Amino acid sequence: MDSIVCIKRVPETAEATLKIDSSNLKLDEENLVFSINEADNYALEQALLLQEEFGGDVTIVSVGPEKTDEIIRMALAKGATSGIRITPSNLEELDPASIAKLIADEVKDLDYDLIFTGCIASDDGFSQVGVTLAEMLGINHISMAVEMEAEEETAKINRELEGGLMEKFEVKYPAVITIQTGINEPRYASILGIKRAGSKELKVVEASEAKAEKVKLEKIYFPPPGKMAEIFEGGPAETSGKVAEVLKTKGLL
Amino acid sequence: MSKDIYALAEHRQGEMRDVTFEILTKAKILAKETGGSTVAVILGSGIDNLAESLKSYADKVVYIENDKLGHFHSEYYQEALKSLFEERKPFLMVMGHTSVAYELAPSLALKLDIPVITGCIDFRIDGSSVYSVNSVYGGKVNAEYSFNSENGGIVTILAGSMPAEEGGLSGELEKVSFSFDLEFEDKIFLQFVEAVAGEIDITQAEKIISIGRGIKEEENLAMIQELADSIGGVVACSRPIVDAGWLPKSRQVGSSGKTVKPKLYIAIGISGDFQHLMGMRNADTIIAINKDPNAPIFGAADYGIVDDLFKVVPALKDKVAELK
Repeated sequence: MDSIVCIKRVPETAEATLKIDSSNLKLDEENLVFSINEADNYALEQALLLQEEFGGDVTIVSVGPEKTDEIIRMALAKGATSGIRITPSNLEELDPASIAKLIADEVKDLDYDLIFTGCIASDDGFSQVGVTLAEMLGINHISMAVEMEAEEETAKINRELEGGLMEKFEVKYPAVITIQTGINEPRYASILGIKRAGSKELKVVEASEAKAEKVKLEKIYFPPPGKMAEIFEGGPAETSGKVAEVLKTKGLL
Repeated sequence: MSKDIYALAEHRQGEMRDVTFEILTKAKILAKETGGSTVAVILGSGIDNLAESLKSYADKVVYIENDKLGHFHSEYYQEALKSLFEERKPFLMVMGHTSVAYELAPSLALKLDIPVITGCIDFRIDGSSVYSVNSVYGGKVNAEYSFNSENGGIVTILAGSMPAEEGGLSGELEKVSFSFDLEFEDKIFLQFVEAVAGEIDITQAEKIISIGRGIKEEENLAMIQELADSIGGVVACSRPIVDAGWLPKSRQVGSSGKTVKPKLYIAIGISGDFQHLMGMRNADTIIAINKDPNAPIFGAADYGIVDDLFKVVPALKDKVAELK
């Protein structure tokens, strides 16, 4: 069973102090650490689990700048077979449909049963590339997979709905499956894996100017300050004391 | 170019989803600006009463009836909506950014060759352009995107980002029968699957001590449980804790987990992305402990401590013991 995994390099922003670049179109990247998008990491793991069970190749595809090679190499170190990095000259102008088109052009002639990607990117949060890619390739898709039982030609997949409910679909290959976090336990690369990754194939496609699609980023900005919590000042003893007093006053102890 | 704003009504297991009323409210406000009509679109089978219930929220309710639309299936939905869109050419179609839109909106837009912006928290129309506000980078930054909607467009809005108001309209109901040329046998809906019920129902708890990524290691849960015990509350969490397998899914607060409304919600090491805030913002008193002063959770909290949780939590446990 051959799989393709589409991954994205994103900044780790959960605990970082963010600055906006003077273009007002992107973050100032100077002090940011980049890594594989969290949901894509689970997508990669799902492909590796199927590779262990059924055999076959796992091909990594990523659209991004040269530094994207770092996350592709890490995927190769975990066990993926080969990688493709696509770097168009106008990367920052591209909307999800343009990104999907670049990937579709590159993978349409490959042999594959399944294409995996994360169901959401932690930067823009659009959740579009996987489903758009499936439509471009003319194949099935299931989004938000939280459980998957794969067989040779079909899979049963639980999709995540709101409020903890799921719905089970059966889908025939080829198909794009977008993976939700928590579906498996992503592995770490071994030292041996990291050594081997260096000699695996990583194809670089320097796409010339890709067609910018229909959606344009106008600007990014910090949300206007709205309602804000009353922040207690002082050391832990002082601040926790104030919280305890609030609890007592409100009858919450 | 039509000025009509279409809104896709979402329903599941015989009940209308709340997000439907949020997007219809927004559609109504925008249709007033554009001078067009608000059109609610509902797809299904044998749901006359649900279609009927939308009449006060729209100038027109289009009900596409077919057995194959009995349960949500993106391919059948896509065929039916594509046909409707091509025939009536609305200016914009609005959907909730839900499990339905995830599966449907990007491929429908591609099929129609029209632009789509997903997951916005607000949007406006200016002439033939649509401008969105999207909450990006985990809620720390906003982004404005635009597209030209001359030939139509699709926008999906995060559930809970807009108020739902009473309708006050009296739309006509138009039932459209639709037949499918194709069967989508390669993708079949089998059944709904309920999540495993937990030993503790956090939706019933009066006091919730909730933890997120900031807790770092599973061993640190013990410290949180002690605090919860001393306050008399239960421990809940944000998504990463469930993904890591440290707490069961039944303890997850947020739009893909439980919506809670306790008297007290203490968020510890939770940055507070939009999905989490949707699950807890209506708690009576919210206290946030996070070392990042820019964490969005402080926008939802009543009181906050900007500090290392590993120093604050033990101190708070002691103070609670003193004052009890």
